[in-house]
Amino acid sequence: MAEQVSVQLKKIDAYRWLIPREGGMRTDGMVYADERLMGDIKNDQSLLQVRNVAFLPGIVGYSLAMPDIHWGYGFPIGGVAAFDEGEGIVSPGGVGYDINCGVRLMRSGLERKEIQAKIGGIVDALLVNIPSGVGSHRKDLKLNKEQQRKVLQKGAQWAVDQGYGQWKDLEHIEEKGRIPNADPDLVSPKALERGRAQLGTLGSGNHFVEVGYVAEVYDEGVARDLGLAKDQVTVIVHTGSRGLGHQVCDDSIRVMLQAAHKYGIELPDKQLCCAPLASKEGKEYLAAMACAANFAFANRQIITHWVRETFEQVLRMGPSTLKLDLIYDVCHNIAKMEVHKVDGKERRLCVHRKGATRAFPPHHPDVPADYQETGQPVLIPGDMGRCSYVLVGTQRAYEETFGSTCHGAGRVMSRHQAKKNAMGRAITQELEAKGIYVRAASQATIAEEIPEAYKDVSDVVDVVQGAGIGKKVVQLKPMGVIKG
Amino acid sequence: MGYDLLDHTGDIGIKVRADNVKGIFQEAARALFDIITDLAKIEVHLDWEIAVEGSGLEELMVAWLTELLYLHEVEEVLFCDFTLWEIDERSVRGVARGEKFDAGRHVIKTAVKAITYHQLEIQEKDGRWYAQIIFDV
Repeated sequence: MAEQVSVQLKKIDAYRWLIPREGGMRTDGMVYADERLMGDIKNDQSLLQVRNVAFLPGIVGYSLAMPDIHWGYGFPIGGVAAFDEGEGIVSPGGVGYDINCGVRLMRSGLERKEIQAKIGGIVDALLVNIPSGVGSHRKDLKLNKEQQRKVLQKGAQWAVDQGYGQWKDLEHIEEKGRIPNADPDLVSPKALERGRAQLGTLGSGNHFVEVGYVAEVYDEGVARDLGLAKDQVTVIVHTGSRGLGHQVCDDSIRVMLQAAHKYGIELPDKQLCCAPLASKEGKEYLAAMACAANFAFANRQIITHWVRETFEQVLRMGPSTLKLDLIYDVCHNIAKMEVHKVDGKERRLCVHRKGATRAFPPHHPDVPADYQETGQPVLIPGDMGRCSYVLVGTQRAYEETFGSTCHGAGRVMSRHQAKKNAMGRAITQELEAKGIYVRAASQATIAEEIPEAYKDVSDVVDVVQGAGIGKKVVQLKPMGVIKG
Repeated sequence: MGYDLLDHTGDIGIKVRADNVKGIFQEAARALFDIITDLAKIEVHLDWEIAVEGSGLEELMVAWLTELLYLHEVEEVLFCDFTLWEIDERSVRGVARGEKFDAGRHVIKTAVKAITYHQLEIQEKDGRWYAQIIFDV
């Protein structure tokens, strides 16, 4: 591997660790973790990546890392960094290949015991109705060029317009399911081609649809406002912009390698290549990224519609009984222009969240009307064997982390290690013995995604809660999962 | 095969060895498809000419593998054999051989999303060539 650079760490309190500014760093790094999580974090190169991000021009505040941080490429996964609109940069590596990978959560009018005996049927039908794994797509959804442009411009709004879901869904999506200023002319023919047959597909790897239930309620009042109660059935959808987003990132990185050189930006790692926000390259990346983000919003909206149809088919119930309403949809790989107060002054910043979730506080204008008192819902999926969490954003997150918090459990094992660990075990049966029915397009995915390959999401969420950059509302436990 | 897997927590990395610069590109391509599928099950029924441009070996390596990944995804093909015809500092020309993906006969072990520049290295040492490449999976 590349030379090992040791990173200095200073413990600030039980949940905060400072990486002091040195060498080419323009600011300090700040990592949210407790002693135990820090033990895992030190084992890979993610701290070095927090340090590297601090080299980039125009960075405002700390180079931040959430407690689910792990080694990514360029930016760490779990990294947050904000850049000044005038002097700062935008970096495709700070968003990642899966642009607007994200999570949405639906509640239902069902109780756990009503579907317990039917979970196998529901999961099997989900696997049929929602294309998962390589090369699969539905024959009834194929777009011509003009339609595809509309998807890129309008996102989830396009999907609802076509009959996938309801208009009220849009109120409960980050950015209302459409990032403005998306310009399809900046998306390459290759990216369009990769996306052509992939709208309405789950993909593989860690993407999933999970049927679960509310296992634990931590804040009765907020849970009530989100429409959640103990034993209620919920559904999580986790996917992103598929090949289209990967190609937009690829294309942009090639441009940014030249741009970084052109604008004299020194890079500690090529994958951090970037351009000034004010430059043509920077603006064009944001407009292309918006297209991929909108594709992802449309993707999750379409899949949501198929989830609803599947429940109707299998349970033979109508929408008014099922009440599969969208609670919220969050992005966790994105760069967005946002206004934040820095040292008492409001500034427009480009906030990169790579494996991190926006967590805006109560009364923020971008939080939907019906969540004004609770704060923005934050959805933190765990591995398929343990649990997931619903949190809400806090004022403290807004002040300390540009309104950001963790996004998931974070891996501790490489995929290769996970496969070795799963060898000779019947993972599907092990999970079934715990009451979790899992089906996947590929058995290899199940081996790579064994629960032990991840940190315990409860540890991650406890740090977030302890540090005050998120507030626990409920814990969800899985009953049935489809994987790519 | 002439490569080792790197244990990267989030993604998958490879370390490739070969006798010459053409070999390093060929071996990296084989490693990519060895990660995606079971190479032994791919028969050669078609060949695809590939030409990519870039500045320097590192960019060319990413461009070459990205093009193969693109064809795999869009044309639904699996490749098992690669020959580089020409390589210089700005371009690579070669051929990839394989067949269309057949769900009945082929397995997809790991879907690779992208070829990254993260810690990318290509170097010659004592007449042998070495490369390190990390894939986003």
